[in-house]
Amino acid sequence: MRSDTQIFEGGFSDSVLNAQTVFRALMDAMANPGRIVEVSDLATPPAPLTPLAASIAATLFDHDATVWCDRAISGSTASTGWLKFHTGLELTGETADADFALISDVATMPSLESFCRGTSEYPDRSTTLILQIDGFDGAETLVLEGPGIKDSMAFSPSQLPRMFIDQWAGNRAAFPRGVDLIFAGKGVLAALPRTTRIKKTEA
Amino acid sequence: MTDLATYNFAYLDEQTKRMIRRAILKAIAIPGYQVPFASREMPMPYGWGTGGVQVTAAVLGPDDTLKVIDQGADDTTNAVSIRAFFQKVANVRVTTKTADATIIQTRHRIPEAQLQAGQILVYQVPIPEPLRFLEPRETETRKMHALEEYGLMHVKLYEDIARHGHIATTYAYPVKVEGRYVMDPSPTPKFDNPKMHMSPALQLFGAGREKRIYAVPPYTEVVSLDFEDHPFEIQTFSQPCALCGAKGSYLDEVILDDKGGSMFVCSDTDFCEDRQAKGHRGALAADTAEAAE
Repeated sequence: MRSDTQIFEGGFSDSVLNAQTVFRALMDAMANPGRIVEVSDLATPPAPLTPLAASIAATLFDHDATVWCDRAISGSTASTGWLKFHTGLELTGETADADFALISDVATMPSLESFCRGTSEYPDRSTTLILQIDGFDGAETLVLEGPGIKDSMAFSPSQLPRMFIDQWAGNRAAFPRGVDLIFAGKGVLAALPRTTRIKKTEA
Repeated sequence: MTDLATYNFAYLDEQTKRMIRRAILKAIAIPGYQVPFASREMPMPYGWGTGGVQVTAAVLGPDDTLKVIDQGADDTTNAVSIRAFFQKVANVRVTTKTADATIIQTRHRIPEAQLQAGQILVYQVPIPEPLRFLEPRETETRKMHALEEYGLMHVKLYEDIARHGHIATTYAYPVKVEGRYVMDPSPTPKFDNPKMHMSPALQLFGAGREKRIYAVPPYTEVVSLDFEDHPFEIQTFSQPCALCGAKGSYLDEVILDDKGGSMFVCSDTDFCEDRQAKGHRGALAADTAEAAE
């Protein structure tokens, strides 16, 4: 009974306007890579899903979205139950089939290459990865360039996938194919679309 | 608010908005690439901006201020009806002032005033595929985009030069976005093409009948196709606006009588009215004309 309550509760307080607010934050972040965008009125899902990642899920997922979750999230019946009840998503065990991926443990996640990059004809049929991180005060600073960035943009997520610089260069080289990343912190999000180049890193 | 209860906020149902929002995020991530989307029937005919309306409806929130223009004008049928539509279904603030708007839906013009960071320009697009009149098969144009095979477009521009001595394409002038995709900027006059380059505003394009969404993020390279010996040029006008005296804005010809009389006025009505309010006068402005009589 306790876990059922966790599953059914904690959705958006206003499903229409909260989803609009989260989407505008996502669009702002995607159009301005590396920009940190604040979001409020979040959903309150059961752990290990975070409020912001769950709010992004509730904004973008439905029966047309095939989603891959990492082991921590897929292993939690409360988390997958919440996602199923509030979004109606379809879960998949194959990274290459996913429209979206929900990742709670960035350190152990599969390589970016293992997700779907789309095809040359349809580069939009690719995976968008949602990474749950702590925030944007990481030790390493990436200097970003590309569409959406006027000159350059400093970006320091608290966690990054392993060998990220090399992985991202590989993703960039496949353009227009490739994956897009959404970093979901605590009430703040940022995005790296496939067009963004990492100019250099500073410790 | 009671009469709003019959429609969801901004008319579209939430599943449709999610589908459009996913397409918009992909479009921004792949600048200039046309993302297919499941365009819905809207309460207006195709050709009236159903693509733009769907994009605006998916993006719009209660804090937004909406401006709608049709060929630069806020007061023409298409602009008035779409503005009234969103007032009714989203109860959103509307304006005619470019600087006050957060979202500007446009049919075939970019405002003269420099757009600002944070503003969103939504274009209504009839034919999103720049190669469509050169190659009617979608399977082929899709392959041409995939292979970055744009030679045919240069042949078309070359044929213009061979026939007319210059590139005679004046609207829907093809651009290359971020050095990759050739894109149709919608039937805006080529006069507006340079405004798309490195614009601080986000540009979204919606084609309802053709079911495509595409985008140009802020600060993105948008280059009009041309040749070294026939560089891209915008239209110029021999006289200033007859109402506000502006030089260097895009002008419409207005017929005055049946004896061949006409005047040239700014197509961007807000730009023109703003200039007149600041005291600028053209040759045929009401008070100038009176003074001359």
